Amino acid sequence: MKKYSVFAVAREALRHHTGWQRAWRDAQPKKRYDAIIIGAGGHGLATAYYLGKNFGITNVAILEKGWLGGGNTGRNTTIIRSNYLQDPSAAIYEKSRSLFETMSQDLNYNVMFSPRGVIMLAQTHHEVRGYQRTAHANALQGVTTEFIGPEKVKELVPIINIDGPRYPVLGGLYQARGGTARHDAVAWGYARACSDMGMDVIQKCEVTGIRSEGGKVVGVSTNRGDIDCDKLGMVVAGHSGHLADMAGFRLPIESVALQALVSEPIKPCMDVVVMANTVHGYMSQSDKGEMVIGGGTDGYNNYTQRGSFHHIEETVRALIETFPMVSRLKMLRQWGGIVDVTGDRSPILSKTPVEGVFINCGWGTGGFKAIPGSGWAMAELMAKGRSPLTDAFGLNRFQEGRFIDESVAAGVAH
Amino acid sequence: MLILTCPNCGVTAEETEFHAHGEAHLTRFGPGASDDDFENYLFMRDNPKGVHFERWRHVYGCGKWFHAARDTVTLEMFGTYTAQTSTVPQDIIDKIAERRPEWHPPEGA
Repeated sequence: MKKYSVFAVAREALRHHTGWQRAWRDAQPKKRYDAIIIGAGGHGLATAYYLGKNFGITNVAILEKGWLGGGNTGRNTTIIRSNYLQDPSAAIYEKSRSLFETMSQDLNYNVMFSPRGVIMLAQTHHEVRGYQRTAHANALQGVTTEFIGPEKVKELVPIINIDGPRYPVLGGLYQARGGTARHDAVAWGYARACSDMGMDVIQKCEVTGIRSEGGKVVGVSTNRGDIDCDKLGMVVAGHSGHLADMAGFRLPIESVALQALVSEPIKPCMDVVVMANTVHGYMSQSDKGEMVIGGGTDGYNNYTQRGSFHHIEETVRALIETFPMVSRLKMLRQWGGIVDVTGDRSPILSKTPVEGVFINCGWGTGGFKAIPGSGWAMAELMAKGRSPLTDAFGLNRFQEGRFIDESVAAGVAH
Repeated sequence: MLILTCPNCGVTAEETEFHAHGEAHLTRFGPGASDDDFENYLFMRDNPKGVHFERWRHVYGCGKWFHAARDTVTLEMFGTYTAQTSTVPQDIIDKIAERRPEWHPPEGA
């Protein structure tokens, strides 16, 4: 693989860009791999990358039924933060956030990580107390956050209306090292690095069955033939239940559509990410100038990648009160992704009842920020059988009542 | 936008007048149940891609609960029926079978 660098750009500029290589090989499935990852989204690719980088396991295939990063990796609002309340969440999300800091150098691929700061607005007294509690918890966890007053919010976000009639801004939980990254580049960067290590990223390869013998996995059936493996990682977000069904176990997951929309591009007006959980809306400005807006999930199970129309109205109505300028914006695009929501709104990184099958799912409405940390932890879990980062996120927590209850702390905007 | 008919008061309205409450026909387990049964009842869900039976409540209408049969991929509503049943009525099963010949009713339905 040729390295990307300023010299490569200059060299290619001089020869009409004829020397660029494919970023990753168009691989064909082999008969057997040491490990197969189902799902070439961010989490699946990151898992494969760290299997190779940290544990030297490179005889790996990543199977994708559609195209690379075409699921939730390409459908989120790209927010990165780690200001969670519970210790296990803070540990894995902070690991993830810190990996984002060096990801571009690590992968030799510009993921455009922009630590521009994330503010979660407190717009009720209940939220003020909740976020002060989170700030104290973060201090103990070593995650740098602070609770800021309304004047500081106004200073950081001049376009905000802090004395809204219904929900005045009473303060905010501010994480200065949170931010955004280019979501497609995260998937592409990992895919390129995996391919470079000799792994096969196989697109348009849909898993149709999971083969096991004596309670141990031996391989998968796909629309491109059977493939054998010793270890299998399922990393497919909203479609996890479907795969678990093939393997013969159930999951505590329900799938719903979560949607987002972007406005027409405008001049720079907001250089932080703002989340308003009480009114269910969050917004940031992309480097292209579009205001990127996320809203609430649908109220009922579905797999439509579209979302209910009235949620757009609710989200935009809420944002207009807090950001009056939004009322003059035209919206360009709207889309939805299928998020896999667990009972306690925390992910599942776990062994399963089938030996050799591991599952990474349940990231719900907030998976993008967790991509590198999730891959790091999942790779350790698959290679060594346990990881300190995943211990608390096992499937058994639902039976044992050890929930990691982030639904109170994080609400819907996740 | 889903259009539902409340079997309790007969009103047909858009989904914003109702609230969905997840999978229907769960067998409830309480004190004295095994850990597996209790976990299954509280957390495990079928989450199917396709025909789904679910509980709804007519929150901005009569306020009463009912059941609905819906496709989670196409969002087609097959019909609504009373909440006072632990099985899916035959007429709903017939309606689904008419639209989805390849579909098999769940065990015990």
